[in-house]
Amino acid sequence: MLNIVVCVKPVPDPSIADKLKIDPITKSLPRLDIPLVINPLDSHALEAAIQLKKEYGAYITVLCMGPPSAGNIVRECLALGADKGILLTDPAFAGADAFATAYTLAKTIEKNGPVDVVFCGMASSDGATEWVGPEIATFLNLPVVTMVREIVKDQGDEWIVKADYEHGYRKVKLKLPAVITVTRNINQPKSLSFSGILKARGKEITEWNREKLGIPAERVGLRGSPTYVTEITHLESRRKVEILEGSLREKIERLVQILSDAGVA
Amino acid sequence: METKSATVFVIAEQGEGGIQPVSLQLVGKARQLADELGSKVGAVLLGQNLTKGAHELIAAGADIVFQGDSDLLVPYQAELFTEIIVKLLVEHHPEILLIGSTFMGRELAPLIAAKLETGLTAHCIDLVISSEGILEQKIPAYGGMITIVCPEKRPQMATVANGVFSNPALNTTRSGEIISIDVPNEFPLRVQTLEIVKEKSEGVYLESASVIVAGGAGAGDHDGWCQIAELAEVLNAGLGSTRPAVDAGWTKLETMIGQSGKMVSPEVYIGIGISGELQHMVGIVRAKVMIAINNDAKAPVFEQVDYGVVEDCRVFVPALVKALKNKESYIGRATHVI
Repeated sequence: MLNIVVCVKPVPDPSIADKLKIDPITKSLPRLDIPLVINPLDSHALEAAIQLKKEYGAYITVLCMGPPSAGNIVRECLALGADKGILLTDPAFAGADAFATAYTLAKTIEKNGPVDVVFCGMASSDGATEWVGPEIATFLNLPVVTMVREIVKDQGDEWIVKADYEHGYRKVKLKLPAVITVTRNINQPKSLSFSGILKARGKEITEWNREKLGIPAERVGLRGSPTYVTEITHLESRRKVEILEGSLREKIERLVQILSDAGVA
Repeated sequence: METKSATVFVIAEQGEGGIQPVSLQLVGKARQLADELGSKVGAVLLGQNLTKGAHELIAAGADIVFQGDSDLLVPYQAELFTEIIVKLLVEHHPEILLIGSTFMGRELAPLIAAKLETGLTAHCIDLVISSEGILEQKIPAYGGMITIVCPEKRPQMATVANGVFSNPALNTTRSGEIISIDVPNEFPLRVQTLEIVKEKSEGVYLESASVIVAGGAGAGDHDGWCQIAELAEVLNAGLGSTRPAVDAGWTKLETMIGQSGKMVSPEVYIGIGISGELQHMVGIVRAKVMIAINNDAKAPVFEQVDYGVVEDCRVFVPALVKALKNKESYIGRATHVI
């Protein structure tokens, strides 16, 4: 049976967070309690694990680093088909960049026990960094393939996958144990079912903090992060807009004229 | 030439058509940063048949090209590339390392950063040396720009997409040094690229399109998206998108324009149902004429374009398509008569 770890990131609900704007005067973000949701790409990572479980049998552990309220995301993953949830929560973890996050997750995977495959989404919706998967692989000394769109062969310990590449894809052979980051094309995540929610009640969620992981404070959170944000600036556009006026018909005529003047219609 | 003094490094990449444009752009930027720091530019080039490429990198501004030539390096193999590059960087400990946001670069960059235990900023849209000599790495967020620094660890690493910096003028009379680096004859690969397969892409290439029609969340649903796609077809335009449109499953990731997608510079850009997120807008700011269609008059996109249409795109786009088709058939008839 495969031991699979899926890393999921709680992100501020993009439908709300995307509307947040820097205040041009205070140069800071408005403080709002935005509900956390699973990073959309990570639900594809979880679905990849669930499909393997259905096919061959697997034990799926979900790792999630975030505030205690991210426990809801772990519970959702259990209801979708994961077997065990680990919520990494500790004020010391706050402010972690990709490097400190990957280090903390790698140490957790190590402590959790043997693993055959680690699945991550290829990027996060909030920071748009793509580093956590490959950095986990480096810390665990495992091979990694990023941006996998299809698992072609998943029997035995030598898999073949297709990963996105310039104007096409690359076909890659990899030896397990390994880390795989997935694109949204790999599968279509299922939605929650009532029976899944019932089954999840009996499953285990454990909370781990820095002490439990046994890693020094200078390796986690902001202290363990080589990078940090120094400044947020508001940008002004140099273009001056002309809003087209009039009826729908007039607006269309004017726009066709603009396109025609630009030589494209 | 003192090789130890190269402190701004670029990982260059050679594709089928020669050195990737983003590699030359980064060497050009590295030249500028190195001049400010009073140091030299080193470029790393791994692959096969590299002589022409190495000279191109020198013409673009590199002082030293570290060249690893072996058939083991084609196609790209993550583990072997990481091994060679990390060894070289440990020897030369550069201050700055720039990598193009190609598929190879996006995989290699974190492998190198984690090995060297340093920071890495994704998809920067500007790089500036601060008064303290620190690399300020700019990324767009929340309608503004965020500055990220990596003050203590070295190298300071950043990835940058194709088209963020302009193509440098190539000076073929520039002189530089080419240093061969060792490639192991054998290397056990746990992950092996077997082949790279090209796929036919549908529609017009965004990078070379003179008109781009891009759709966002405001398309509403798949039908709304199809209307936008039809407008692109009528205008013979490239079809671009924003992240929400990709997330909704209306279009492929390859069509995404912006910080973590494509940087494009068409003659005309028409953004439809796009709110004006900076992550998207940074990819299109170089367009000559920018037009936005959005039903929300307060959408930030209207502060960033030349012409704005405040209308529901589900009504406006089909009407525009119809008007353009009528115009075409009118012109068609007119030519026929003549």
